[in-house]
Amino acid sequence: MLTEKLTAPGVFDVEQIRKDFPILHQTVNGKPLIYLDNAATSQKPLAVINTITDYYERYNSNIHRGAHHLAQLATEAYENARKTIAEHINASTKEVNFVRGTTEAVNLVASTYGRKFVKAGDEIIISALEHHSNIVPWQMLCEEKGAALKVIPINEGGEILFDEYLKLLSPKTKIVSIAYVSNALGTINPVKQVITEAHKVGAVVFIDAAQALPHQKVDVKELDCDFLGFSGHKVFAATGIGILYGREILLDTMPPYMGGGEMIKSVTFEKTTYNELPYKFEAGTPHIEGGIALGAAINYINAIGLDNISAYEHQLLEYGTKKLLEIEGLRIVGTAANKSSVLSFLINGIHPYDLGVLLNQQGIAIRTGHHCCQPLMDRFGIEGTCRASLAFYNTFDEIDQLAKAINKAVTILK
Amino acid sequence: MSKSISEIEDEVVEEFELFDDQMDKYEHIIEMGKKLKPLDAKYMTDDFLVKGCQSKVWLHAYKEGDKVFFEADSNSSITKGIIALLVRVLSGQHPTDIINNPLAFIDRANLRAHLSSQRSNGLTAMIQRIKTYAGAFA
Repeated sequence: MLTEKLTAPGVFDVEQIRKDFPILHQTVNGKPLIYLDNAATSQKPLAVINTITDYYERYNSNIHRGAHHLAQLATEAYENARKTIAEHINASTKEVNFVRGTTEAVNLVASTYGRKFVKAGDEIIISALEHHSNIVPWQMLCEEKGAALKVIPINEGGEILFDEYLKLLSPKTKIVSIAYVSNALGTINPVKQVITEAHKVGAVVFIDAAQALPHQKVDVKELDCDFLGFSGHKVFAATGIGILYGREILLDTMPPYMGGGEMIKSVTFEKTTYNELPYKFEAGTPHIEGGIALGAAINYINAIGLDNISAYEHQLLEYGTKKLLEIEGLRIVGTAANKSSVLSFLINGIHPYDLGVLLNQQGIAIRTGHHCCQPLMDRFGIEGTCRASLAFYNTFDEIDQLAKAINKAVTILK
Repeated sequence: MSKSISEIEDEVVEEFELFDDQMDKYEHIIEMGKKLKPLDAKYMTDDFLVKGCQSKVWLHAYKEGDKVFFEADSNSSITKGIIALLVRVLSGQHPTDIINNPLAFIDRANLRAHLSSQRSNGLTAMIQRIKTYAGAFA
């Protein structure tokens, strides 16, 4: 693997890294592909692609049951991946549950912990920055239980108003659920302080870390969070796999989410006893190769080094911000002091959709629209934005090309 | 004698044959939108909104004699160009001609890939709405 050359501290060679991502080397509409939609999904390195191929070519088998050779290999690889992921976020393997993605992680907690512990008159707090998947499951729970959903407001720059958050907290608060990093704006929330304050009133905290894992080190012990979810596909692994971290003591008190195979210890028609953690929440044959490949993806980013990744992406963000602001009539939506590599923007008199289409014609992939954050867009009084979201395989030259392509599109549209 | 749908379609196909570059095709579509007759503000309400587009498209239809006329606007330049193209081909025609026309020019002018590759532009929704109006006036 090319990453072996990159393990020396401080070495960050983006051209070498790009060789690990076959998809980047193609043309779209006759132009070299420039992929700037990483917050929607990330591209996959050979380390991940080869892991999936290897699984199907060499040891595809169902896990945790067969005594045969292939089943042993598959089980070992799957459980090793769980260990890699657990170590990466500083959790125990019992606390690392494979799920389909962040959306399922939120739904699982809302449906199990939420249904058991939230009662009429209780309150759940989210922020104005949340993705629909961190809004709707809580709304559904509140509706079912007669609880109330409270929203931490944000300022014009897209930062949560911490004083307002403190005012919302009370003994009625049962759950606080907040994004670590905003997918639409890139704001990095002060989640550690959010968690500390929530614990003072006895609430548990769910952290939506989908947009944090690809860019920075996440340590559940250091954060002291109760639950944390993320998606594999955003962190350079496959779609359909993700992680729900839960504090062991909480997971133990929660009823299972789904019934079926794998999550049981014994079944009779009279009574079923549930399997121990983490299998209690993993009914059915899981996304085996997805789990194994998620482990490979984590190893891959660790080989490059998250500190290197964060530092490089920060430079890209600063450079991109500067280049975009040179474009007449362009304003950046989301100007938090602490920001991840997301550039959400609008240009006077130009619909984001038009810009997205004309950038695509020039080989550039960005996202346009509300980014699954309609309440956030409402807060800013806009329908949507154009969003260029950067990963460590993006380059300064790609940002130059983006700026050039925007200028070309603007000329046509104005 | 006004032109038939198929005559206008032929004109459109010929026009687009002039462009090799995709960006030029888009530029032409956008230009058509810019030339679209402005829609009276009273029709720019939710009642006249075509659902299923990432941008907003308002479409108003009326009948004069035995023909149906369309007027439209959009907050997106490309979508406005697309609806302008549809208005150009279908406005001022008999309702039955509008309903029965398969809009073959979209494929003949190689526009389908552009106009409907992004489901969000709502080409299908726009055509549907035009035909529904025509049906109501038939």
